[in-house]
Amino acid sequence: MSDPELGDVFGPSGDGDDPELVQLLTPEGERREHPDYAADLDDEAIAGLYRDLVLTRRIDTEATALQRQGELGIWASLLGQEAAQIGSGRAMLPQDFAFPTYREHGVAWCRGVDPLYLLGLFRGVDQGGWDPRETGFGLYTIVIGAQTLHATGYAMGLQRDGVVGSGDESRDAGVIAYFGDGATSQGDVNEAFIWASVFNAPVVFFCQNNQWAISEPIERQTRIPLYQRALGFGFPGVRVDGNDVLACYAVTQAALRRAREGSGPTFVEAYTYRMGAHTTSDDPTRYRLNDELDRWKAKDPIARVKAYLHTTTAADDQFFEGVEQEADELATHVREGCLGMPDPHVLDIFDQVYAEQTPELAEQKEQYAAYLSSFEGAH
Amino acid sequence: MAQITMAKALTNGLRAAMEADPTVLIMGEDVGKLGGVFRVTDGLQKDFGEERVIDTPLAESGILGTAVGLAMRGYRPVCEIQFDGFVYPAYDQIVSQVAKLHFRSQGKLPMPIVVRIPFGGGIGAVEHHSESPEAQFAHTAGLKVVAVANPVDAYWMIQQAIASDDPVVFFEPKRRYWEKAELDESVEPVPLHSSRVVREGNDVTVLTYGPMVKTALEAAIAASEEGRSLEVIDLRTLSPLDMGPVAASVRKTGHVVVVHEAVVNLGMGAEIAARISESCFYSLEAPVLRVGGFDTPYPPSRVEEEYLPDLDRVLDAVDRSLAF
Repeated sequence: MSDPELGDVFGPSGDGDDPELVQLLTPEGERREHPDYAADLDDEAIAGLYRDLVLTRRIDTEATALQRQGELGIWASLLGQEAAQIGSGRAMLPQDFAFPTYREHGVAWCRGVDPLYLLGLFRGVDQGGWDPRETGFGLYTIVIGAQTLHATGYAMGLQRDGVVGSGDESRDAGVIAYFGDGATSQGDVNEAFIWASVFNAPVVFFCQNNQWAISEPIERQTRIPLYQRALGFGFPGVRVDGNDVLACYAVTQAALRRAREGSGPTFVEAYTYRMGAHTTSDDPTRYRLNDELDRWKAKDPIARVKAYLHTTTAADDQFFEGVEQEADELATHVREGCLGMPDPHVLDIFDQVYAEQTPELAEQKEQYAAYLSSFEGAH
Repeated sequence: MAQITMAKALTNGLRAAMEADPTVLIMGEDVGKLGGVFRVTDGLQKDFGEERVIDTPLAESGILGTAVGLAMRGYRPVCEIQFDGFVYPAYDQIVSQVAKLHFRSQGKLPMPIVVRIPFGGGIGAVEHHSESPEAQFAHTAGLKVVAVANPVDAYWMIQQAIASDDPVVFFEPKRRYWEKAELDESVEPVPLHSSRVVREGNDVTVLTYGPMVKTALEAAIAASEEGRSLEVIDLRTLSPLDMGPVAASVRKTGHVVVVHEAVVNLGMGAEIAARISESCFYSLEAPVLRVGGFDTPYPPSRVEEEYLPDLDRVLDAVDRSLAF
């Protein structure tokens, strides 16, 4: 099934001509005004976002290389989606909580999660080593869309704790549920929309529409622009240029404010592009054309911020060199930390299943320990 | 002392848990104003409010998925699945999320969630309302699974399940909701994950749980009239199993019959038989026999009495075991 007219529906040009696309920084690095959204950021803060973008991409590059060298089992690259993640992640307050998919490396960065924890999951040493409560960043969720319900439930917990709409900005909190365009076809995601709507839960549904669910294009998931679905569920939806970090920041900040003040959920469709493969196991040359990739490269999320900082002289060469140096140091940290990660011990898995260990599992552990020790001294 | 039904005992147990701990929430379809289709949550929303007794949208995955988030925020959700056959939309959240989050987070995210499931047949219901899916949950690492058989256990076990820091799938035999017993709340309960001899005997051990405990006890009475002494054990806990009382009984009788409504193929009886053969091999005088539902979907209710194990089929297995 191919309907050429759908192209008009799905494909805002991304160059700012689409009146429904919130854009505050053009691909050329020029700032734009929007009647509803503004990023309350000075040049120093924008330089800070640039640093986040560069460092996040460097983590991703290094992880991909480590996978190619056999150090990670698999890696899900965020290449191209840095602005959507950094913009939304930096809009969060410490008391907010994010529920990620398995690709939110940039949001993890914003929440202070050491990237080594992310690598640990893909290396197979654990299944998520960071502390979700301490960081306000949930565990990576691989079953598509399941986390949107967790986010909604957590948001309902915030309501019950009296930290929604209390008027105390230092306490009031919101939740972001991250998911992709493919996930919008999942029952769980649609259930999450309904629950959040009827309970007026303080959750922002942040959809990174990167155009591809592995090999399936967005046309296989929807016949209307995704953000327009929100209306049917009873809350506002907005489409933002997902490669524009300022717009992602401003739109998410507004949506989170709305959540924290008790006005309910918002759907944000960050219109972006997965510039890499789905994961390191994927081969996108089998299903998409290079010229599509080339078109999106012209909208690179980092290049436009750099252009802005350059042309406005908000940052000098020393700044850019400093960020590059920091990226090199981070890459070293990621590489050495990955190689230095100890393997888990098999006997520990028996102790992590339950809060209260069962006698039968304790016995199974004991039997396996005895089996292992029977090899001691053997040749 | 007044008699109390199992349904009412569950209500009282839920009420006691909610009074003891303000983080306990009840969620489900029709659990609020209606008090649940079996009235197990009757009056709780009136007394504890809509914030704690939540009438949810009609979406089982949503119930369990939001319960995960509430648990992460420090709550103890008690989720009602209206009928056994409706749990499958929530199966992914239960098996992939609820059961695994403690493990995946190395204990940082405990999941103190209770999933209440009215289960089993015998009430003349239409399809999807009479199933026994307990083995599918007992097979999942990270879950604990129990089944209640009488009002006294119902009162205590629901409170113990709610107090557990692990997720508990809590099976309630719907055809026994209206069975009555005396409940003395001053008597200390036994631990949640323990099995119990409910009738002593010497000739054959009958292992069962949930709705079949009553059937097994009736069979034991009938057998005694023929001079046969059946020992009946109410397993109560299906994951973990409590094999201590089972092994002690098997060593005494040498004959075992496992009874459940669920289909025999890969049912709880299969695991129990394997464990008995591992631990009591030299005590066995006969193979462990299983009595259960046939390996068919649950049938139309006009033949369910044939499908469900009854007193005669239990006694038939007892005869076969003793004749071996």
